[in-house]
Amino acid sequence: MTIPVITQLGRMVLALMATIGAVSAFAGRAVQQTVRPPYFKAQIARQMLEIGYYSLPVVGLTAIFTGMVLALQSYTGFARFSAESAIPNVVVVSLTRELGPVLAGLMVAGRVGAAMAAEIGTMRVTEQIDALKTLSTDPFKYLVAPRLIAGVVTLPMLVLIADIIGVLGGYLVGVYKLDFNDATYLRNTIEFLQFQDVFSGLVKAAVFGFLITLMGCYHGYTSRGGAQGVGLATTNAVVSASILILTANYFITEAFFAR
Amino acid sequence: MTVPKISLRGVTKSFGPKQVLRGIDLDVATGESVVVIGGSGTGKSVLLKCILGLMEPDAGSIKIDGEETTRLGDAERNRVMRKFGMLFQGGALFDSLRVWQNVAFGPIQSDGMAPARAREVAIEKLANVGLGPDIAELFPSELSGGMQKRVALARAIAREPEIIFFDEPTTGLDPIMADVINELVVKCVSALGATAVSITHDMASARKIGHRIAMLYDGKLIWQGPVGEIDHCGNPHVEQFIHGRAEGPIQMQVRKL
Repeated sequence: MTIPVITQLGRMVLALMATIGAVSAFAGRAVQQTVRPPYFKAQIARQMLEIGYYSLPVVGLTAIFTGMVLALQSYTGFARFSAESAIPNVVVVSLTRELGPVLAGLMVAGRVGAAMAAEIGTMRVTEQIDALKTLSTDPFKYLVAPRLIAGVVTLPMLVLIADIIGVLGGYLVGVYKLDFNDATYLRNTIEFLQFQDVFSGLVKAAVFGFLITLMGCYHGYTSRGGAQGVGLATTNAVVSASILILTANYFITEAFFAR
Repeated sequence: MTVPKISLRGVTKSFGPKQVLRGIDLDVATGESVVVIGGSGTGKSVLLKCILGLMEPDAGSIKIDGEETTRLGDAERNRVMRKFGMLFQGGALFDSLRVWQNVAFGPIQSDGMAPARAREVAIEKLANVGLGPDIAELFPSELSGGMQKRVALARAIAREPEIIFFDEPTTGLDPIMADVINELVVKCVSALGATAVSITHDMASARKIGHRIAMLYDGKLIWQGPVGEIDHCGNPHVEQFIHGRAEGPIQMQVRKL
């Protein structure tokens, strides 16, 4: 009875190792192509628009409500020991360090990661990727590299905007619901904010941008077997990107702030 | 003796325990059109992809113009790929690009042609396959199956390749459109003076576009010969196939319900 269980466990570990190896090889090949000219500039621009501009509404909505709820929740907590004045600072630090990059990352993973996996997966199963190769165009250079570059460049911009919108949400609740003085709220927001808070969030965003686009491209590129395969690739892209974002988030936080 | 354009020796390919190709030997002379026939799932596509370099064979040698092409590096592969044009079974047109951009893709992206010039070339190639300039601005999804096939053919010939591969050029088309495509294939190949390798299970198509026919069965080429000889080749496998009989030496793997 124990033997089959151990066999099963061994198989799972081997499969996991094989996947990690395959993803690393894929990432290596892709990164090589991102630093080697020529660049497909039109492709990069198109992807930046897709990842950045078209994600603005969903990320903006996420950010504003997160900022609002942060202000409200921290008020109920802090009012118990008369520390209401810390609310603006709590809102801005939580947003810039954690919630901005993580929530934007998760939203973009759901929106863009899935779309990439579906698009590249469909190109795979309809032989468009083979067609690229027969036209002497490296699919890593034409499809994968522009997406990676766009992801790493665009996500920090998106997060910066999310940070600002989130602070605005906190401000609205603070001033109009919790009766803060508006000037005091803004001063408290800015005064205690450190460069490190925003910077670490943007570094996170760049890493998340890489992970989301890598997972979208990897799962799309390796998809097999028609519509069902593409569907599976889409799911895998979103799930794996989300897990990687949360995992990477811990380690980046530790690298920045643990002493 | 002249060097064959394409020369395969002992090419094998397996997927897991399944041996798809078990030692393929094939020579194609310059300017010749060879059609590989065989049932579904016999490895015709795998054979084509091995010659194209989209798949690496497990063993054996594939020579193009006498040059060994298995295990080439990326840059070398691209140089060899420059000689090829390929018509995919489903067309494999890039659905995010317009028709003319599809046809001009190779010239622009790989050969560095200026887009304005490439557009003219694309429209000329579209005219070669009987399509007017009015469809150049459309997207592939706006075209019928037969038109998509013709655009794909225009893309395959856009870089004036020395060797053109056709993967089931008539599959999914009505008999009349199939014949139109067959005639275009013959016309384009002879206009370019290209060597052609096609795979199909459509005998009408095979007879029309091929000079020579080879039959793939059970991972091997069991018969090769000129098109004229296929009707009295005396090989029971080939006869069963060209007459489309369910009874015969080839047993379809059909599970009982």
